[in-house]
Amino acid sequence: MSGEAERRWHPVASQYDVVPRHVFWGRLLGRELAVWRADDGYVNVWENRCLHRGVRLSVGTNDGRELVCRYHGWRYASRTAGCTYIPAHPADAPARTICNRTFPALERYGLVWSGEEPDGEPPVLDALEPGGAFALRGVTVRAPAEMVVDALSRHRFSPTDLIGAAADGNGPGPGGPVTVTGQDRYHVVLRAESADGGSASTAVFFAQPADADRTVVRAVLAGRPAPDSRIPVWRHHNTALTQLRDAVEAEARRRPPPEPMVAAIEEVPIHLSEVPEPAPKGRRAGLRVQVARKWPVAEDVAGFELVSIAGQLPTFQPGAHIDVHLPNGLVRQYSLTNGPGELDRYRIGVKLEPDGGGGSRSLHENVRVGDVLAVSEPRNNFPLRRDAVRTVLVAGGIGITPLLAMAQALRHQGLDFELHVFARSEDHIAFAELIDGLGESVTRHIGLSPSETGAALESVLAGPGPHEHVYVCGPGPMLDAARRIAAAGGRTDDTVHFEYFANPTDIDDSTTFTVELARSALSLEVPAGATIMEVLRANGVEVSSSCETGACGTCRVAVLDGEPVHNDVYLNDTEKQQGGEMMVCVSRAGGDRLVLDI
Amino acid sequence: MTVMATAEAETQVCTDPVIRNQWHAVADLDEIRRGELRTLLLGEPLRCWIDSGGAARAAAGPDREIEVRTDYGYLWATLGKPSGGVFDVPETREHDRRTLNALTVGIEVSAPRAVENFLDMAHFPYVHAGVLGEEPHTEVAEYRVEERDGELWAFDCLFYQPRAAAASSQAVLAEYVYRVPHPYSAMLYKSSPTDASRMDAIGIFIHPLTATRIRAHLFISVLDDVSADREIRRFQQGVIAQDKPILENQHPKLLPLDPRAETPIRADRSAIVYRRWLSRLGVTYGVIPAAEGVRT
Repeated sequence: MSGEAERRWHPVASQYDVVPRHVFWGRLLGRELAVWRADDGYVNVWENRCLHRGVRLSVGTNDGRELVCRYHGWRYASRTAGCTYIPAHPADAPARTICNRTFPALERYGLVWSGEEPDGEPPVLDALEPGGAFALRGVTVRAPAEMVVDALSRHRFSPTDLIGAAADGNGPGPGGPVTVTGQDRYHVVLRAESADGGSASTAVFFAQPADADRTVVRAVLAGRPAPDSRIPVWRHHNTALTQLRDAVEAEARRRPPPEPMVAAIEEVPIHLSEVPEPAPKGRRAGLRVQVARKWPVAEDVAGFELVSIAGQLPTFQPGAHIDVHLPNGLVRQYSLTNGPGELDRYRIGVKLEPDGGGGSRSLHENVRVGDVLAVSEPRNNFPLRRDAVRTVLVAGGIGITPLLAMAQALRHQGLDFELHVFARSEDHIAFAELIDGLGESVTRHIGLSPSETGAALESVLAGPGPHEHVYVCGPGPMLDAARRIAAAGGRTDDTVHFEYFANPTDIDDSTTFTVELARSALSLEVPAGATIMEVLRANGVEVSSSCETGACGTCRVAVLDGEPVHNDVYLNDTEKQQGGEMMVCVSRAGGDRLVLDI
Repeated sequence: MTVMATAEAETQVCTDPVIRNQWHAVADLDEIRRGELRTLLLGEPLRCWIDSGGAARAAAGPDREIEVRTDYGYLWATLGKPSGGVFDVPETREHDRRTLNALTVGIEVSAPRAVENFLDMAHFPYVHAGVLGEEPHTEVAEYRVEERDGELWAFDCLFYQPRAAAASSQAVLAEYVYRVPHPYSAMLYKSSPTDASRMDAIGIFIHPLTATRIRAHLFISVLDDVSADREIRRFQQGVIAQDKPILENQHPKLLPLDPRAETPIRADRSAIVYRRWLSRLGVTYGVIPAAEGVRT
């Protein structure tokens, strides 16, 4: 249904209902709403229902950046309502499409406005434009909106000046005429004058249709009363509206109750109705973003803030990266450094690689504030488990970027972690002010030689405790050393997680073999010089990919039969030995045949 | 796009033959020994009492005497014609166990939502923090769900628990087996803290007052020579007191059987199978049936 009521903006809360770290329970047109303000000021209006098991989100926790469901701890980001973490499966990145229903939200006249499918903007009322607005206490009336609006057209109150004078103890003066100066289906504008005509006040009474039999009167006074008369003014209107409520409810009880409104709950998308599996997609730039800020964040490192051109940026999780499609045709991966709930912009750090392929040079030299870039939606192949008793983050150089997002998430959730930052000098530490904000969890290791770095890693990775996880991102030699040291110290592969910038492996692509695709019932020849991915795409088989160099993990595919030769740096040794998965961008067959689960 | 209606039949009398033909646990026998019980069963008035000969009896509607059974310490009643007796609980024949009704509690929710909550482990660290679970130990490992002889069973369910039972003093990786022998009742078996070779049994036997209001009886059969009845009851009462406000905040109260209604994850495998099973049995009371033509 999409009638006039559904296409209008309605007030759903007062601004003072939406206090920090609270979730306000709202109701509009028979639908329950969870209304909450993030610490950055953004007001969210969501369906009051976790899409997992239907529990009201208004009994959840507003942690300032995310809303946490009370039942299973699922976390939803401010702005998008996208799921960022499912505690029952800590090693998995939730599908980006797991998203609660959101409704538009705007603040005006001290009220929060929303609607089912509202057109345009909330109403602008001349009566409230000059001199500011003062929202009064919302009063719930158990009666239909049309009865309430009708009664409001005969409502009486005193001008603010007279009520203010009453604060001296004289009581409001005799009420003068009250005239209706504007009215529609959901609001009445009233002007009250004193008996002598010396003072006058205007107030707008909005009727919020909570349900067929329930209306919230949200009154807004034109002009802000002087501070010492606010409480008397508030009390005067509250008394007057309470009398109106009692009279309207008495009348409503004499009438047959209206049919309750039925707010339809949208069904979840088909791919979420089964246990979710990421849908395969090729390398696509689904988003257009504008460079809002570009600034030096360290020696040879430029920071970029990217804002959406149209619509809301999609949800990301700590560890996620985006593909940036550059003007020169190259595609590069950059980790998001944002903290939880920061979805007004993506922030990346780009290290200048003078000897690289030209991607970082293009960003450093040619891309400017105001330029539009094509980027992919965030993808997370480096997910952060939050079921560790302690988490150790080890960053080398620009490898700080994904770990910075992780550290902010862990700190925000109050989980125990330490962040070790290895850099050539203090000036080489990117996003130093964000790192400073992480306090005592950070240890800086500055200007170490390779052997000193090894010794530092020995001490950082020594003595693994139970339920401890390690995340390492940095240059290849440092990652290799960390892998060796962690294994020697007794850490198992599944507790040490790596993200490589690039894959240094020399790949022998001189072999020829057959791949059989179990699900597609296709058998394809992979000739020397071609990758499995190229052959799949040439035959119309879609495969997700991002770096296409064996570093990021996006194109991993299950192997049903045959022995792969792993040329990637994404899988750990245990996973490589098991042979159950492979990266089709670089890895090949050991024999003459592979069977893949595609 | 089809949508799920949310209007809920509050006091609707049950016409679902599958549910009418079940035995329902309507009272702890001690409760009716204390005096006549006037309540509802499937939307109809129900009266239960002990007659002068000491036999438990029940009447539905204005005054229609209905069939009853007394099993496992409860009065079971039916509005229809069950094909057999109450499902078997073999643990009640092991005489070294402590068997008791830990509590009976009213909850404003449908019976299947309560059963699904009983089968769920992922909520332990959030709803039962410090008792049945504790952050950051939130992972639900893969487990198996099977249908055996018309009942659902879930095996290999492992979960980190700080205090798994009244007799536990330290954290354990508890192993659970779940069993659903009845659309509105379920059992769980978990490693006993006092005898590692055997399992404690806990049952939730639901008395459906209406489609969206229940009384839940918590049946306990444990290997515990240490704790007093009072301690065992207090532990279970504490656990249910934590579940009740969550269950009463689920919307809709009826369990949606349409696979497109809610978003399952791997940890919900038992719930997925339970919903499909209810669909296949043809249950329509306490649930929102799947739309016509929907594969379940």
